[in-house]
Amino acid sequence: MYKLDSKIPDGPLAEKWTRYKATCKLVSPANKKKLDIIVVGAGAAGAAAAASMAELGYNVKVFVYQDSSRRAHSIASQGGINATKNYKNDGDSDYRLFYDMIKGGDFRAREANVYRLAEISNNVIDQFVAQGVPFAREYSGYLSNRSFGGVQVSRTFYAQGQTGQQCTLAAYQALMRQIKAGKAEMYPRRFVLDLIVIDGKARGIIARNLVTGEIERHAAHAVVLATGGFGTVYYLSTLAINSNGSAAMAAYRKGAFMANPSMAQIHPTSIPVLNDYQAKLTLMSESLRNDGRVWVPKNKGDKRKPNDIPEEERDYYLERRYPAFGNLVPRDVASRAAKERCDAGYGVGSTGLSVYLDFRDAIKAQGKQAIAAKYGNLFDLYTKITGMDPYTEPMRIYPASHYTMGGLWVDYHLMTTIPGLYAIGEANFSDHGANRLGASSLLQCAGDGYFILPVTIGDYLSSEIKTPKIPVDDPAFDKAEKEAADKLKKLLSVNGSQTVTSFHKRLGHIMWQYSGMVRNEEGLNKALKEVKELRDEFWNDVKVPGKIDEYNHELEKAFRVADFFDLAELIITDALQRKESCGAHFREEYQTEEGEPMRNDEEYMYVAAWEYTGDHSPPKLHKEPLSFENVKVTKRSYK
Amino acid sequence: MCFPAKIINFNHILMGKLFGSSLAQKLVMALAGFFLILFLLVHLSINLLLLGDNPETFNRAAAFMSGFWLVKIFEVVLIGGLLIHIIMGIILQIQNWIARPARYKKRYPSQTSFFSKYMIWTGGIVFIFLFIHFLNFWFVRLGLVEGDHHNFYGMAHELFRHLGYNIIYWISFLILGFHLHHAFQSAFQTFGLNNRKCTPVIKTIGIIYSILVPLGFALIPFVIYFFK
Amino acid sequence: MKITLDIWRQKSPNDKGKFVRYELEGVSREMTFLEMLDYLNDKLIKEGKDPVAFDSDCREGICGTCGLFINGRPNGPVKGITTCQLNMSVFKDGDTITVEPFRAKAFPVIKDLIIDRSSFDQLIQSGGFISVNTGAAPEANSIPIKKEIAERAFDAGICIGCGSCVAACKNASAMLFVSAKISQLALLPQGQVEAKERVRTMVREMDRLGFGNCTNTGACEAECPKEISLWNIAKMNREYYKATLG
Repeated sequence: MYKLDSKIPDGPLAEKWTRYKATCKLVSPANKKKLDIIVVGAGAAGAAAAASMAELGYNVKVFVYQDSSRRAHSIASQGGINATKNYKNDGDSDYRLFYDMIKGGDFRAREANVYRLAEISNNVIDQFVAQGVPFAREYSGYLSNRSFGGVQVSRTFYAQGQTGQQCTLAAYQALMRQIKAGKAEMYPRRFVLDLIVIDGKARGIIARNLVTGEIERHAAHAVVLATGGFGTVYYLSTLAINSNGSAAMAAYRKGAFMANPSMAQIHPTSIPVLNDYQAKLTLMSESLRNDGRVWVPKNKGDKRKPNDIPEEERDYYLERRYPAFGNLVPRDVASRAAKERCDAGYGVGSTGLSVYLDFRDAIKAQGKQAIAAKYGNLFDLYTKITGMDPYTEPMRIYPASHYTMGGLWVDYHLMTTIPGLYAIGEANFSDHGANRLGASSLLQCAGDGYFILPVTIGDYLSSEIKTPKIPVDDPAFDKAEKEAADKLKKLLSVNGSQTVTSFHKRLGHIMWQYSGMVRNEEGLNKALKEVKELRDEFWNDVKVPGKIDEYNHELEKAFRVADFFDLAELIITDALQRKESCGAHFREEYQTEEGEPMRNDEEYMYVAAWEYTGDHSPPKLHKEPLSFENVKVTKRSYK
Repeated sequence: MCFPAKIINFNHILMGKLFGSSLAQKLVMALAGFFLILFLLVHLSINLLLLGDNPETFNRAAAFMSGFWLVKIFEVVLIGGLLIHIIMGIILQIQNWIARPARYKKRYPSQTSFFSKYMIWTGGIVFIFLFIHFLNFWFVRLGLVEGDHHNFYGMAHELFRHLGYNIIYWISFLILGFHLHHAFQSAFQTFGLNNRKCTPVIKTIGIIYSILVPLGFALIPFVIYFFK
Repeated sequence: MKITLDIWRQKSPNDKGKFVRYELEGVSREMTFLEMLDYLNDKLIKEGKDPVAFDSDCREGICGTCGLFINGRPNGPVKGITTCQLNMSVFKDGDTITVEPFRAKAFPVIKDLIIDRSSFDQLIQSGGFISVNTGAAPEANSIPIKKEIAERAFDAGICIGCGSCVAACKNASAMLFVSAKISQLALLPQGQVEAKERVRTMVREMDRLGFGNCTNTGACEAECPKEISLWNIAKMNREYYKATLG
């Protein structure tokens, strides 16, 4: 039986990364030139990794489904990026960020990985500033910080509400520089269909050229997946509509374990669903909760306009339930609290599925100008989408599928269970446990990409320096290409009556209903059954127009949705298995009388890593036990 | 071996290699244009003497302008500037046409700088006018066309008795105004001068200039035709 | 409501292409423009016809993928938005909407409304970066930057690379895109070291790629979804003169 080895270096927590760097194996510059690396996805993590590895001298090939890597969805990250600079002198430190992330993740993340991230957070900020990211500054000219959901220090660096855009573009530009230098090569509009494993090692990919439909083979000494999250399994999400889980699923089928797939974060502040045709949900940055107050009417079904409801008839339920953190409770807590109020009939808006986020008091206290300076562009965005003015009436918000803490299982080196296959950024599972803290996703992407992977990949590649170029005529390529082409042909040949999108919508509905913010055994079992039925229906009645050898967006979508069914099943299986409530995973059976989640550390303090055993057999569970030696495991309370 | 074709590579000119780049071409174009803008002021101030009743004052000024050596140099520079402005304008325009081979079916008229979209056409009309104008006056002085080049005052008064010439001149000045309307502020943008304080001032001066200067020129034939 | 659509259909880069008219009933005011196109495609697929190919990704106005030329303007009649942020509520029942791809020599059509904007990547490759390797950065606060300067850099840096400026410009010029990057990096002390080389190489690349020239019309600024200022073009001009004359 496969034994999960997280390869955590020995020594005290704060010295592990330093020791690792001092002792890991290196590749000489002359040998780096002979080694090829494939990077799939080039958002903040992928572009940072590709650029940094190219700078080191490796030959890097980058594959993105977009027309340019500048469009990767990291660009939509709004709020900011955490670092432990302690510029505010408010008592921040590496340990405190580490502690906040571990606690925020409800004690389901790996200590060593999280500490390393806190440790390199300052380098990430230094790097971005040097690359020209125009972070917000004080009048003194020094960098400004703000506090961000779920923590009590101000450690978040930001560029208005477009921090993700600025950081992603910085990484993109670094990558463009390496392309010009001839060290990296870009393959835009490519969709990865399969992973190539030869003699147990990741050796390449099969990709489809989305413009011509041509199926291509690409070989390398190592493959890096930086493909982001798969929140689009819920159909409506805050993700880009083409975000998907196909590359991760291809890796999973080839032997990479999938860890904690059910840990999917539902973001509390999204613009609510407005109509049936809606294709995506737009996020309103969590930073809004710094000054906005969340409330619903105290009276059920109160149809008055928000400004007509007097103070004493408003229920500021977050402040009421969580006096210590108030509106700044972590995302999962805020999301569930909103759902609880709406389910109880206090929701507002025509659907009753939203709550107010009110800036009245903040504007009164700080002035309209101060609020505009902080959130101006977010308010504009909100007005554009809803036609309502947050300066004069409260915003309406509701939770939406946002981020997947779960992902491919990786060890301390960020390597999956397939040697030579790495997963970085949101695509892996390692740093956020059961719930991610605000402003730590960009940090993880950039940390993995700039500072961790370029070091750890050398440790593996040092044993590959004698391996010549991987030939693309290896039988493994023949087989994978044929299977991929067969799958595409099969999708085209069904020629049924329902569109791909209609299936995706129905799948999303099942997932949101039974495997979303609140779950229970009965619902999950029902969902499992329904997903299986829907998958059968899909393979018998989907309608995919067009041909295989041309631009065919529907075919692309169909391939992704086919993978979403398998992914959904895995998510539900994982949610069923975890008989406790922790972080974003809330099982109704496991809650206190006050409705707070009940963790079960005795039995579930582990990472659930799932092994693929075949299309028609259930995945096999492997457990990576988590031990907390540097923090006291406590009940996560924000009261 | 130095064949002319090698010295002037038309392809290179179109690709922006002459004067380094498209930006350099634009700078030259703007400098030449701005020089012409300044010249128009000098030209107008002398011409306004035509409205006086004393032919001598004007003829003396005209004689000075055609006789003084410094002015002669100025004249060469001026013609050079004009030619550069025209050639650059045409080259840049051809590049611009090439940059969009397929046209849009529907175009919403842009709300910004209306006249900027027709600079090549207003410029072209002004060029045709200039040719007529040169035939009327400047070529006379150069001896290319017959006439009494000591009495420009008389020539002008004779010419503007014809309604046809009046109409040609009036329309041309109107078109010149259109051209200048965009040209004035555009030159400053090309020079790199754009800030919150100066730009509104430049734009206002540009509008005043593009109305007053052509109006001043148009006034001359108008007054002569109707009042002299 | 009922909408008539005149949509550019072009099978491949070399196909001549033509406008095809679609009558679409049941359009809701609450749809976004792209959701309306999704709805049209849904219908076309069910009828066994080829759906209209168009690009989009984030659908929240930040990735820059989706730009379309709608009724004669990039991103339709509303100022300061991307195509995905355009709502059908701005149209009336019975309206005819003409939908074209962004047109420029440097943006060849791939299929229908999808264009190839890799020229923008090439522009950034030619110098739109600061040459700092990973690990070589000094402490972030070691170089103070005036708040106002950082804000100006941010205002230029928010360009999403959608190509609306090129589409709107009568000359298909990329000056606003290029100048935004040049100006962002030239404002920051970190980027000033390479400012001269950067402006030279980026302008050279811009000319090489076949974009048109700037005639200071300002259509780019007017149609930019992020409302990036013409000031950046003037700044680029200054930077260029400094680099070539100084």
